[in-house]
Amino acid sequence: MTLALENATKTVSGEVHIGDVSLTLEPGSLNVLLGRTLAGKTTLMRLMAGLERPTEGRVLVDGQDVTGIPVQQRNVAMVYQQFINYPSMTVFDNIASPLKLSKMENSEIDKRVRETAELMHIEHLLDRLPLELSGGQQQRTAMARAMVKDSSLLLLDEPLVNLDYKLREELRDEIPRLFKDRNTIVVYATTEPMEALLLGGKTAVMHEGRLMQFGPAAEVYHNPACVQTGTIFSDPPINYVDAEAENGTLFLGSGQKIALEGHLAGLSNGKYTVGIRANHLTVAPEGAHSIAMQGQVELAEITGSETFVHVHYNDVSWVIQEEGVHDPRLGETMTFYMDPKRLYIFERGGNLVAAPNRAKMKGAA
Amino acid sequence: MARIDLSNLAHSYLPNPKSDNDYALTRMNHTWDDGGAYALLGPSGCGKTTLLNIISGLLRPSEGQVLFDGKDMTDLQPQDRNIAQVFQFPVIYDTMTVYDNLAFPLRNRHVPEAEVDARVREIASHLDLNDALMTRARGLTADAKQTISLGRGLVRNDVNAILFDEPLTVIDPHMKWHLRSKLKLLHRQFEHTMVYVTHDQTEALTFADKVVVMYDGQIVQLGTPEELFIKPSHTFVGYFIGSPGMNVMPIELDGASAKLGGQTVSLPGAAKVKAGDKVELGVRPEFIRLDAKGMPVTVNKVEDVGRQKIVRAQLEGRNIAIVIGEDESVPTDAKIAFDPKGINVYANDWRVELGA
Amino acid sequence: MNKTWNNKAWFMVLPVLLIVAMNAVVPLMTVVNYSVQDTFGNNVFFFEGARWFREVLESERFHNALFRQFSYTFIILAIEIPLGVGIALAMPRSGVWASVCLVLMALPLLIPWNVVGAMWNIFALPDIGLLGYTINAMGIDYNFTSQPISAWITMVLMDVWHWTSLVVLLAYAGLRSIDDAYYQAARIDAASRWSVFRYIQLPKLKHVLTIAFLLRFMDSFMIYTEPFVLTGGGPGNSTTLLSIDLVKAGLGEFNLGIAASMSIIYFLMTLLVCWLFYTLTMQGEKE
Repeated sequence: MTLALENATKTVSGEVHIGDVSLTLEPGSLNVLLGRTLAGKTTLMRLMAGLERPTEGRVLVDGQDVTGIPVQQRNVAMVYQQFINYPSMTVFDNIASPLKLSKMENSEIDKRVRETAELMHIEHLLDRLPLELSGGQQQRTAMARAMVKDSSLLLLDEPLVNLDYKLREELRDEIPRLFKDRNTIVVYATTEPMEALLLGGKTAVMHEGRLMQFGPAAEVYHNPACVQTGTIFSDPPINYVDAEAENGTLFLGSGQKIALEGHLAGLSNGKYTVGIRANHLTVAPEGAHSIAMQGQVELAEITGSETFVHVHYNDVSWVIQEEGVHDPRLGETMTFYMDPKRLYIFERGGNLVAAPNRAKMKGAA
Repeated sequence: MARIDLSNLAHSYLPNPKSDNDYALTRMNHTWDDGGAYALLGPSGCGKTTLLNIISGLLRPSEGQVLFDGKDMTDLQPQDRNIAQVFQFPVIYDTMTVYDNLAFPLRNRHVPEAEVDARVREIASHLDLNDALMTRARGLTADAKQTISLGRGLVRNDVNAILFDEPLTVIDPHMKWHLRSKLKLLHRQFEHTMVYVTHDQTEALTFADKVVVMYDGQIVQLGTPEELFIKPSHTFVGYFIGSPGMNVMPIELDGASAKLGGQTVSLPGAAKVKAGDKVELGVRPEFIRLDAKGMPVTVNKVEDVGRQKIVRAQLEGRNIAIVIGEDESVPTDAKIAFDPKGINVYANDWRVELGA
Repeated sequence: MNKTWNNKAWFMVLPVLLIVAMNAVVPLMTVVNYSVQDTFGNNVFFFEGARWFREVLESERFHNALFRQFSYTFIILAIEIPLGVGIALAMPRSGVWASVCLVLMALPLLIPWNVVGAMWNIFALPDIGLLGYTINAMGIDYNFTSQPISAWITMVLMDVWHWTSLVVLLAYAGLRSIDDAYYQAARIDAASRWSVFRYIQLPKLKHVLTIAFLLRFMDSFMIYTEPFVLTGGGPGNSTTLLSIDLVKAGLGEFNLGIAASMSIIYFLMTLLVCWLFYTLTMQGEKE
């Protein structure tokens, strides 16, 4: 099925929880809702499921208005942050529970449960009770239960948050594969930019109840439509600096002058916000056009493969993400470089004006 | 501030442990240097929280001793050990103001009120809590509450150590960044001995000078983030640190070269292993590069994860992950080579030093 | 579409409204009816306005009963709430003994009111009751059928025995819901036992204690069976609580008007105290 929200708005006692969201989800698509806590991700899912009714706007399934139809009459499954299973039932019965309600034949139930359990790698645990399982296995059970009945809409609300880092990696890798050949619309809410990218599919960026941008994950990442999307879809944080364009030159608030060429050519005079991701600030110059900047080292965080250097320069704090280990001394002045080809230009605090030309970069590399 | 020694320490939750399986922590000797920032990293159930609770005194080890600066602390209660601990979920005293929350550990120790005031205000200014001092703690956000818990630990300037038990679990990613950096700055400033328990490699590696990786009740490696990354001493460390983790492939050793299926990889040095050992080659995805003269691979998938791309491929029939730059593209007939400085050899899961 | 949806909902509420009306409003209206009228039988009624209310409010008998009632409620609350919390704190937090304690605690709650009254009546009899006999044997002059002080002590003891368990169970459930991390943090902060109680346990118990207080207040304020079976309101009128007085006026003396207006005053007072208490305790919540 195709699920569409048309100008969906949800206000609760005067407070806007969801503001005018229009969104179409294709059959069989994987959609990630990315946003911070309280951005409205859960509310939006509840609207999609029919657990809540929009104050204004419509919900359409295959073009038909289903706005007032309650969740029981829709074919929806949901998985939550907490591992929710029936504690007194075995894993088998837990997974089978949605099928038993639909009066399916026992042999068919058995077959489906075993298939799904196998997909989730819990086929050896079918006789156990949920509380005897590890967190990861419990969440796999909950997901198996949600998947077993071939629902047309599957909502996953930060399902991996309570799991170990490495387990998350595994499941994150499995989820897109599990749904590859299905017709189910999967909606996955997360606060983590990396998760959206690793899952792939489409990403919808949410901010304060509004939908900022919707498109294929990598595309949204590389072309954030506005300053907020850039912030939400960057980890480590994106660096922003105010700038002003005047007659072919861009003056950064941090003191640099940049000639307007390449993707910056034709920028009209005015005030802008310039964004550059931490991994595009470098310790060594990256090509002839790189601009050198100097700043005071505030902090260096080493992950082994990378180093995050926090630098203070002209009242602006910068985060540099560099491959390898660098251990600059705190308080010392270091030189770092910015390649104008990598700059994002936004209207001051607003929408994207120019993004780096990625096709050209490939040629360079 | 103190040096912490664990001497012959072991712990079992069972009254009469018999085999190694009955122990949550197997016997260990370990020293945490005075003023160091350490992380205890491992999956859930590896015993890291048990170890932390033994250091703080919430749990008495069934065997061995805990020493602070050489003094035996094993039988002392937490309040007598002079340590601070920050928990997974923010623990604050709801009915008190932020100020009273911060002052609480000092007042309980009968510090004169003038000094309490000075300390509280100093810590509050470090944590940007100045404006909130007189508000009640109840209505604050999770990260503000966790900042207060942290403040209660820092407010006593004589603490032997500050212990953290997965303190950023309930915090949003962007605030994690903020708190983590702040924590690191505070460590630089006050030089407390800090021990930070987590399952999140990024938190562990960025926070700590030295990371202790735990697996199944034992310490498998203690090292700087760089050592853990370049020379993981156990295949588990290779898998657990880095994402994606290290590629581990079975090989046959032949002096300074290794046979990997039909391919031959030359090693930086010869490895000595016993006959019958399980021998494997470990290479992190970051140390594999596309190379026109290298080993042919079948590319299954290329994931664009923003600042880099992850290539999922098959080498000699085995899955392998390769990390390439964000602007690189992968040819269909891709060939790869291993960077010699990223090559590690493992015998029965433990790293073997390669001779010259 | 919105509108039909809403109107339908009203019909759904109708049965509930009807039941509430049958249950509460209609009987209450009968009482209101009696409270403003007088009758000499034969179903002939005269409108009396506020006369019965004035008479009740001005009568010394009512004042005395009211005073006894408040004293009684105050005393048992002052004993049962702290005692209940104290016992809950002292109970083991887990293991076999926790279950044993819980069962023991729940026992008194299972005994019917009139049985409790009869039990204590016999238990406290000075000549044959175990309690009464023991106290007298110790050289203390005790007789609840003839001494007001003894009667009061027995009545309070009986209530404490019967109902402290309720407070214990509520408080125990409240205590169990406190995360271990709080206690661990308190140990590390070197908090005293009192501080732990004052800053961790008490704030977390606030809601259950509010409920315990309201339940015990309402119950004790309206208590009838147990003291009636125990003392019958005597000796003299010394243990005649409001409800006993009300029954005397209504059924004993057949003063329907007085009894009805008393009931209404009684009801309003209970409501007022509960409302006051609830608003005051919950005031701190909204900030």
